[in-house]
Amino acid sequence: MTDVPVSAPRNEGLARMLYRFRQSRLSMIGAVMVALVLLFAVFGPVLAPYPEHVAGGVDTAARFQPPSPAHPFGTNELGQDVLSLTMAGTTVSVLAGFGVVLIGAVIGTVVGAVAGYVGGWTDEVLMRFTDLTLTIPGLILAMAIAAALGPGFQNMVLAISLSWWPGYARLVRGEVLAAREEVYVTAARATGAGPGRILFRHVLPNCVSPIIVKMSLDMGFAILTVAGLGFIGIGVRPPTPEWGTLLSNARSYMPDYWWTAMAPGAAMFVAVFGFNLLGDGLRDILDPKGRR
Amino acid sequence: MIRFILRRLLLLIPVIIGLTMIMFAIARLLPGDPVGLAAGPNATAAERAALATEFGLDRPVWEQYATYVGGLAHGDFGTSLLTRRPVGADLAAYLPATLELVFAAMFIAVALGIPLGLLTALWRNRWPDYVSQVLAIGAISMPRFFLGLLLQLCFAMWLMWLPLGGRLPIIVFPPQPITGFITLDALLTGDWQVFTTALRHLIMPAVALSLSPLATIMRMMRASTIEVMGQDYVMTARALGLPRHKILGRVIARNAVSATLTVIGLYFGWLLGGTVLVETVFDWPGLGLYATKAILSQDMMPVIGVALVIGLIFVLANLVIDLAYGLINPKVRYA
Amino acid sequence: MTAPLLEIRDLHLTMRSFHGEAHVLNGVELTVERGQIWGLVGESGCGKSLTGLSISRLVSTPPGRYPSGSIRLEGQELTALPPRAMQALRGKRIGMIFQDPTTNLNPTARIGTQLVDVALAAAAHDPRVLGRDRAPGPFARKAAARKVAVEMLARVGIPDPEARMLSYPHEFSGGMRQRVLIAMALIGRPELLIADEPTTALDVSVQAQILKLLKGMVSDHDIGVILITHNLGVVSETCTHVAVMYAGNVVERGPVGEVLGRPRHPYTRALMAAIPTRGTARGALKGLEGTVPDLVRPPPGCRFAPRCARATADCAAGLPAMRAAGAGHEVACLHPIEEPADA
Repeated sequence: MTDVPVSAPRNEGLARMLYRFRQSRLSMIGAVMVALVLLFAVFGPVLAPYPEHVAGGVDTAARFQPPSPAHPFGTNELGQDVLSLTMAGTTVSVLAGFGVVLIGAVIGTVVGAVAGYVGGWTDEVLMRFTDLTLTIPGLILAMAIAAALGPGFQNMVLAISLSWWPGYARLVRGEVLAAREEVYVTAARATGAGPGRILFRHVLPNCVSPIIVKMSLDMGFAILTVAGLGFIGIGVRPPTPEWGTLLSNARSYMPDYWWTAMAPGAAMFVAVFGFNLLGDGLRDILDPKGRR
Repeated sequence: MIRFILRRLLLLIPVIIGLTMIMFAIARLLPGDPVGLAAGPNATAAERAALATEFGLDRPVWEQYATYVGGLAHGDFGTSLLTRRPVGADLAAYLPATLELVFAAMFIAVALGIPLGLLTALWRNRWPDYVSQVLAIGAISMPRFFLGLLLQLCFAMWLMWLPLGGRLPIIVFPPQPITGFITLDALLTGDWQVFTTALRHLIMPAVALSLSPLATIMRMMRASTIEVMGQDYVMTARALGLPRHKILGRVIARNAVSATLTVIGLYFGWLLGGTVLVETVFDWPGLGLYATKAILSQDMMPVIGVALVIGLIFVLANLVIDLAYGLINPKVRYA
Repeated sequence: MTAPLLEIRDLHLTMRSFHGEAHVLNGVELTVERGQIWGLVGESGCGKSLTGLSISRLVSTPPGRYPSGSIRLEGQELTALPPRAMQALRGKRIGMIFQDPTTNLNPTARIGTQLVDVALAAAAHDPRVLGRDRAPGPFARKAAARKVAVEMLARVGIPDPEARMLSYPHEFSGGMRQRVLIAMALIGRPELLIADEPTTALDVSVQAQILKLLKGMVSDHDIGVILITHNLGVVSETCTHVAVMYAGNVVERGPVGEVLGRPRHPYTRALMAAIPTRGTARGALKGLEGTVPDLVRPPPGCRFAPRCARATADCAAGLPAMRAAGAGHEVACLHPIEEPADA
């Protein structure tokens, strides 16, 4: 269209930021939800109204109480306050989700960067392996690894991470291939920079924002996967409270004691929703190319 | 065209080899005590050794692998350590249930997601669009197993409109297997009663499974519709007075769908593995439930079999999508 | 006296943009009669394409807005027409051809289908498009539309049209695609054809064929054409009349020989000076100083004044009115150039 001359560049930059800020009102809501989730992740066990239940204490006299002011989400088969367990469960879910995404991103970035930068046979072998891993359903792969490694928090995180990296490998390889062709990389090579320096100084920094966007979008699904493993019975063992385990436990007492399922289910939904909203907004701001 | 398909089918061989290698590595190289679990807590050392010998678990990993791949060539998927049933027969029994579920879910997702995506693109930046965007992210964020529980609670336990789980009640005889899909087989054999029963069992798991692909397809369709609406040929169609329904259908929808198709293909493969939780909630006798039970007892042959079958279907689904893409978008035919 | 084929009076259009509301059309005036080919020329962004789109009401509102103006097709006011009635005119009475033949055909439909669709849409409002007086049944209508489409493809010079109906756009060369687009624009037998840079994306040799084809269509069907272009060579070869636009105004218009032979407006003169001819001495080619004005805050009065060597204080006082400058030749300038061109 018409080339309208720019009036005042500095104002415009600010105006554009404000415009985007207004555009991503949803991601602000997501940020608030995420902040709330993180707050519970850190202080959940402290903030919980019945910290003794979190520690494993039981109160069989008060088992299966329906929601009331004292127990807004009722109590479970051991008389424990469901809300307290759910709040405390945030820690495991968020920590595990974060661990999975972080380890997955690191492995994927290394594989993708090496494949994209070295090229040739290395690229061929690494990417075929990546594609193969992608064809195995993530949950089944994670379940198989987790079952072989045995129960426990670290094993569960490791198992899911090992099924999580291929997406990052493909993303980073694509970015590296694109960056390799950029003029400034050729310029750096011309000035005699070594491959390591070029990779870490010039190529990888350009991949940071798509990786961050993918990590924030993945957080929600990682939390879901962690909960899924817990639901099936692989992963963290009671009495450590975990949303998936809580939900799977509550399932046995349906429909009479339905309230035992509500708090962990809703917590999962809120956490995942928050991370997804935030990730969506971040993508729009940080990675306009990836907008789809 | 034929050569294109053959070439793609040939690619299945390295996929099979690669998949079995990865799964074997997990099964045999990671710590874990499948023999102990299968033999039971009271088994003596001799009994364990006998079991290990029977299943060849005492031999080197590469030898076990060679035996397995050799068996695969004859259609032998190995034997379950726990049930001693041939894995191939189990897969044949459970695969149709999973496929039926996935097809039903994909049907719902595509049948609703494509028109909804088109509509929200037309309503772009008005309130129904905003609302549906938020709902879509919400749908993607909803844990499928929690949704399944809520559906069960609501429709099976309180309202009692739908059965709680399973494919068919035990007292109902399944129809003659033709396709392996109970709903379809019942229709083909003209058994209405079984058809409605099977359909009522299928509804909740299919809905629970379909929600997130529905939302993703809707968002994808919305994005590609918006992109297509800005194309020159849409302006030309308008400038030449084509009626609105033709511009929408022939010009916009067709081009937008061809961009959305790739996502549908990816999702199909993804759903095959994503049924695990839904199958667990609804006690649906499919591959996911089968794999879960096997994994929990570290019975690896069934797990390798399931991963193999799903991986192959994943590759085949992508081939089908590529072919369909060629049908819709003539430019990429036989690419 | 009958009403002219197309009469645009005082057409104003503003576009909402990030920077504010831009006054992109500022009182455009243009009259086209049957048999005339009007060249609409000017720099990019001067509003020539938007004028063309405005006639078919294809500028989306918002971001566009029409504060005032009148567009009449044989006396019928188009700006007040309801959308359905407007859609009925498009493709039927007003045909359009756009610049880039590679992007203006639907890539997923066969050539034949696209032509038949346009023919059917036009026939819904005028069954004579299919060569009949009354609308026949759906099957017969489709068959008739197919026949008309094949004829049309043959007319625009596509060899073996019957077989080509089944082809997809990507199987055609750029020139062939543009022929198909022309066939699509003409299949509804329009009275007015708007061609927006129809040859810019084509080779010079193909360009000449397409222009010849267009000219032939005008003389065969007695239609009026608006040819939007920035190529004055195309104008002098093809058009009967020319209108020069600058920043949303028609600044000079008249018969092609008059305007290009004795350009009166300093802007027209500058445009022509920017074209090399055989007589141009090395280094004598002159570009135009400055850029198109800010349309959000346009300069007062004549919009060309800031770039004009002849501008005086009165130029900023108000938009100069059109005044006669020869036979059918009009210019909107307070200080038109009187001396002949290559002085």
